[in-house]
Amino acid sequence: MSERTSPLPSLPRLVAWAVGLAVMVAVPFYAEAFFLQAGVFAMAAAIGAIGLNLLTGSTGQLSLGHAFFLAVGAYGYVYLAGESGNGLAGLGLPTWLAVVGAVLLAGLAGGLFSPIAGRLRGTYLGIASLALVFIGQHILHNAHAVTGGANGRDVPPLEIAGFSFADTPELVVLQVPFRALEKLWFLALALLLLAAWIARGVLNGRPGRAMNTIRDHEIAAGVMGVPVARYRAAVFVVSSMYAGLAGVLLAMAFRRTVPDYFGLLLSLEYLAMIVIGGLGTVAGAVIGAVFVSLLPPLFTRYADGLPLIAPPGSGGVSPAEASRILYGAIVVAVVLFLPGGLMGLWQRLRASTAARRKSTPSPRMEPEEQPA
Amino acid sequence: MTTFAELLVNGVSIGSVYALIALGFVIIFKATEVVNFAHASLLLVGGFAVAKLVGPLGFWPALLAGVAIAAAVAALVELLVLRRSRAGDHHVLAIVTIGVDILITTELTRQIGTEVLSMGDPWQSAVVEVAGISVPQTRLAALVTAVALITCFLLAFRFTDWGVAMRVAAEDREAAALMGVRLNRVSLAAWAVAGALAAVAALFLTVFPTPGLDRSTSLVALKAFPAAILGGLDSTTGALVGGLIIGLTESLASGYQNDLTFLGRGLGDVAPYLVMIVILLIRPAGLFGTRELARV
Repeated sequence: MSERTSPLPSLPRLVAWAVGLAVMVAVPFYAEAFFLQAGVFAMAAAIGAIGLNLLTGSTGQLSLGHAFFLAVGAYGYVYLAGESGNGLAGLGLPTWLAVVGAVLLAGLAGGLFSPIAGRLRGTYLGIASLALVFIGQHILHNAHAVTGGANGRDVPPLEIAGFSFADTPELVVLQVPFRALEKLWFLALALLLLAAWIARGVLNGRPGRAMNTIRDHEIAAGVMGVPVARYRAAVFVVSSMYAGLAGVLLAMAFRRTVPDYFGLLLSLEYLAMIVIGGLGTVAGAVIGAVFVSLLPPLFTRYADGLPLIAPPGSGGVSPAEASRILYGAIVVAVVLFLPGGLMGLWQRLRASTAARRKSTPSPRMEPEEQPA
Repeated sequence: MTTFAELLVNGVSIGSVYALIALGFVIIFKATEVVNFAHASLLLVGGFAVAKLVGPLGFWPALLAGVAIAAAVAALVELLVLRRSRAGDHHVLAIVTIGVDILITTELTRQIGTEVLSMGDPWQSAVVEVAGISVPQTRLAALVTAVALITCFLLAFRFTDWGVAMRVAAEDREAAALMGVRLNRVSLAAWAVAGALAAVAALFLTVFPTPGLDRSTSLVALKAFPAAILGGLDSTTGALVGGLIIGLTESLASGYQNDLTFLGRGLGDVAPYLVMIVILLIRPAGLFGTRELARV
């Protein structure tokens, strides 16, 4: 849970922010394409994870359907921005409009699910939302005109007011050629900051308190005047819109959308992100997303130097499998030993080192009854 | 008409297999209030063990060993993971089981690779003709086994000490503990039984007409989730009815998919989930689930 910040952020906090931002801005000038791509994926995943964390971490609604909304965002963008032809349908809208449209579409999809999302609780919702993944896969494979079927579809590059996020008009900034990935890096960074800022606002304000109360004690929330069903449905919609935006970014970074990517595994991956990072905080979601989505590329890159990991296809543990096993194990370990995830660990470290500062109490209620 | 009858028999048979899985899932939920998302991976453990042991041991010993191994793995998960995190709320415990599921499934699908493992069962592809309809022997075996196991279980649940302890624990944990029921043992037993049932189900999910155990088997096993939830998570009757509904839906949807081409191919895989959504819309706690009443 993010602590309440004083109106004026403290100096160290400001400095940390400035340094962090400077580093993030500087990366595209130095890093190679491989890391840029991994970074863009990580930032897109972070946006999606923030959304899932609003739902699962802050409101206590388990969702296994996040992959579906990512798919709606990705394919929504491709459909709205793509041109018709070759047996594919597309509306050919201006691409920036398509981004907005795709996010709204994801929100709409979340809204359509609200009769379920508003009424079912916790794990019931988790299993019900499992259906979304399978329905999504079915549609992606069968609605050929919109999705391109199993082979997927090319993603048109974004263009805002004449500025293209494609490789071709090459932009040179400070003698560094800016190609698609460099441009996407900044786009992803800007969108991530915006998404994090909004989520933080939601969590620190009245809606955030209502959401936490629903998670901790639903009846108490209802008694205090929180419209529980409406809040549940609304958070579901917001979380789907975050997923939609993440899906758009992922599509742009992939440059081609394929249905198999948006399977159940992706949903589980997002859940792993928020658990590892820390349930219920924006920063936790971002940390978890970066951690989980950087593992596979790093393993792939350094497969030779790492023990136990073999290159893909050689029969040993491939980088993707290694990272899956690792984050699976970390999820278990975090729940057993580190409630609050990496964010919780960080807060505890800070609380213990700076004794003068009162440690923030856990916002989670104690379970009312301890099982014997 | 014969197709319809064949589809019906197939549906009931595959539904009884789903009911086996869903039953295990419900037992765990009743005894420990944990929703076990790792259930599909337990099934994979059982199936994999049987497929690997059938060569050296022969079918029946391999099946027994597979059941024992799945039960042991399930019990280990309970001992090593869930018991240690008792204090957490059930919502978080569900997520732990997802972590366990990722671990087991990844490792086993890696072991399986692109292979299709045969179960080496005695029925193979033999078909029985009854009153003009042909039914694979494996399907009949599945039906008989599932019905027998479920009956045994329900009887045990009703009449043995173990069953009584389990029901008491589900009813009121605290009172049960005060009356001397060892909750640890109850939940350990629940996990082990669920693992064993899953292993038996794994056998029947991977024999003829399915080619064998491959990496997609765990996805098939996931259909037991809608089965469990549409019946109601805390109801054993619900698990049985839910399993049958899912089995029939799947069988009919894939049988008649040529007449339903406008809905796309592979309808049998989605139809169960659609049915689940529709039922949950009408009854959010499932068909037989107890509606939670809260007194304020």
